[in-house]
Amino acid sequence: MTNPKPLKIAIASGKGGTGKTTLSTNLAAFIAEQDEVVLVDLDVEEPNSGLFFNGILTHEEDIFKMIPQWDESKCTLCGICPKVCNYHAVIQLGPTILVFPELCHSCYACSELCPVDALPMIPKKTGTLRDFQIEKLHFVESHLDIGEEQAVPLISKTKKYVARKYSHVSITIFDSPPGTSCLVMEATKDADFVILVTEPTPFGLHDLSLAVETMRALKKPFGVVVNRYGIGNDEVIHYCREENISILSKIPNKRKIAELYSSGKLMYRDFPEVKHSLSDILDYCITAVRGGIA
Amino acid sequence: MKEIVVISGKGGTGKTSITASFAMMGGSDVVVADCDVDAADMHLLMQPDFNFSEDFYSGEVAFVDQSNCISCGKCEDVCRFDAISVKKNLYVVDPLSCEGCGYCARVCPTKTIVNQERLAGKWFISKIKTGSIMVHARLGIGADNSGKLVAKVKNEAKEIAMEERKGFILVDGSPGIGCPVVSSLSGANFVVLVTETSVSGLHDLKRVYELVKKFNIKAGCIINKADVNPEKCSEIEQFLKENEIVHLTDLPYNENFTRAMVKGQTIVEYDHGELKELLNDGWEKIKNLVAN
Amino acid sequence: MKIAFTSEGTSWDSLIDPRFGRTENIVLFDEESKELTAVDNSAVKNDAHGAGTATAQKIFELKPDVLITGNGPGENAAKALKHIKMRIFVDANDLTVQQAYNNYKSGNLREV
Ligand code: SF4
Ligand code: SF4
Ligand code: SF4
Ligand code: SF4
Repeated sequence: MTNPKPLKIAIASGKGGTGKTTLSTNLAAFIAEQDEVVLVDLDVEEPNSGLFFNGILTHEEDIFKMIPQWDESKCTLCGICPKVCNYHAVIQLGPTILVFPELCHSCYACSELCPVDALPMIPKKTGTLRDFQIEKLHFVESHLDIGEEQAVPLISKTKKYVARKYSHVSITIFDSPPGTSCLVMEATKDADFVILVTEPTPFGLHDLSLAVETMRALKKPFGVVVNRYGIGNDEVIHYCREENISILSKIPNKRKIAELYSSGKLMYRDFPEVKHSLSDILDYCITAVRGGIA
Repeated sequence: MKEIVVISGKGGTGKTSITASFAMMGGSDVVVADCDVDAADMHLLMQPDFNFSEDFYSGEVAFVDQSNCISCGKCEDVCRFDAISVKKNLYVVDPLSCEGCGYCARVCPTKTIVNQERLAGKWFISKIKTGSIMVHARLGIGADNSGKLVAKVKNEAKEIAMEERKGFILVDGSPGIGCPVVSSLSGANFVVLVTETSVSGLHDLKRVYELVKKFNIKAGCIINKADVNPEKCSEIEQFLKENEIVHLTDLPYNENFTRAMVKGQTIVEYDHGELKELLNDGWEKIKNLVAN
Repeated sequence: MKIAFTSEGTSWDSLIDPRFGRTENIVLFDEESKELTAVDNSAVKNDAHGAGTATAQKIFELKPDVLITGNGPGENAAKALKHIKMRIFVDANDLTVQQAYNNYKSGNLREV
């Protein structure tokens, strides 16, 4: 196969703490032993994949969204703008129009409906993107500014940066935010394959079933990785069998692994069984997407 | 009546298991509010009866009533979220992309677009096995947790607690540092911060504590899996000291957390040794701290 | 002086609502006329977004000289309130409107 289509894998989970970041970081480092790979942390509210790597910063840029800016000299105080903003991001206090950038969804309604053009849209910083390199691994993370409530634009702009800069790299891994919210949808919507990470416990099963519903709503091919296999019970396994969901791998539960994780170390090098799992997971994703069995 | 909120910044710290144990020890005097609506798991340990349930609406979503559409295309032009497209010659809204900004309805010449309330989930009032009541919720797929649902759950819990003259409201708080956690914290008398000794644990703790400080609420901290990384643990302890956060208790790495969960039990029902004692200590301390 | 309270109810005996943006009501006391009135805020409370700024706009229109609330306004609401000439007192959680007023009079509320 020459020049295969680049592969985009998203790693998600119904909630935090299932080992999603551990899997993303280890999988990326494992691939980077052989090939160039990009790891993108899209958990922009609390990115922490970066805690696992000590890379060289190769690029840093501010990310902007568009917000209206009040031009007092033109404004006739007609009162339209506060009425059209569904998010109360622009209000009128007597002779003053106030804009709240953090609340603005950049819908342009106030700006375009202002009869005298007194609310032109201007860029406003919402976060910072950083790009690191550790040999063959590129690591991109974006950090939402404190107080900023709109994470979706930052996620989508981070994805655009990666698509532009790394179109030549054959594998990109997206570490998604936890949950089933609109953020997860934004983070996973253009992935070729989604890996859902779960734990074999009642909480894990409950959250997994919600994540599965989300993936089905998005019509995404996905598979499950069971982390900390051995604790809890087999209900997650039964559930996957009944629902016809592939289990890509089971990563065993070991206290030693928890310790390595807690110290921010990559663990697969010390555990052949984990390395095995990673290789299984990767093979599965590649065949699923390129071979079309997903 | 005192309101105690348990938060952790990020998931996976054992927060829900710990909160459920407090609920168990508090028994009938504690009304529980599960405000971790993104990953509402606490009901799995509480045997709720889902006695009352109601749909929950939040925000809006546009809908094109086809009968009057003249296919002028204005709505598609103004929508910045690519939520309107032509399918089989009809202008339709993709509810998953629609942000509910209402712009399209304002420009539609025939007023044929309506803004409907968006169904965002369901909320419940249940009797639970502690002999008390729990208010909980479930967020729909792709719905964003705006803080409004959290406010709703908390408010209902508060009303029940007032009516029935309960001593405490115990809130399992939302993750993150955004609007939902702000809603979880507002009105609280005491905050319990649950953290663990991982690289991200302290980092998350610091971020979420920034918020707690702003609200001027008394705080205590439980360090879970304290023995997994002693070095991190002392860093956390240092942070607690510097910020005058009460160090409530340390819990060791213990698989009874999971074993209890598998049985649908809280830790204090399953474990009769060290964990139970430590949690009991923690709960007694919290009660004393909120009393004055 | 006109004093505004965020409150769960509409009378002197109602509890202070600790929340600013999502407060149930805004209760107003006019010290000159001794009149106590209440403005319903449930429409704002039911908005998914921007409750803080919407409530700030409402308060502006009521033109009180003093605002008494619980936790204090959030970031955005605080920014809006800066544009309103008004003193703000917080930490009135768990008090009734009457108690909060007394505490304010005796200088026992924290000003921000
Ligand atoms: S719509 Fe334009 S002119 Fe009217 S109040 Fe707003 S900024 Fe001023
Ligand atoms: S662009 Fe839209 S969201 Fe932003 S202030 Fe204007 S109307 Fe509100
Ligand atoms: S409400 Fe806003 S986002 Fe939704 S379809 Fe209309 S213009 Fe697009
Ligand atoms: S703006 Fe109204 S009339 Fe025009 S295409 Fe859209 S729905 Fe139809």
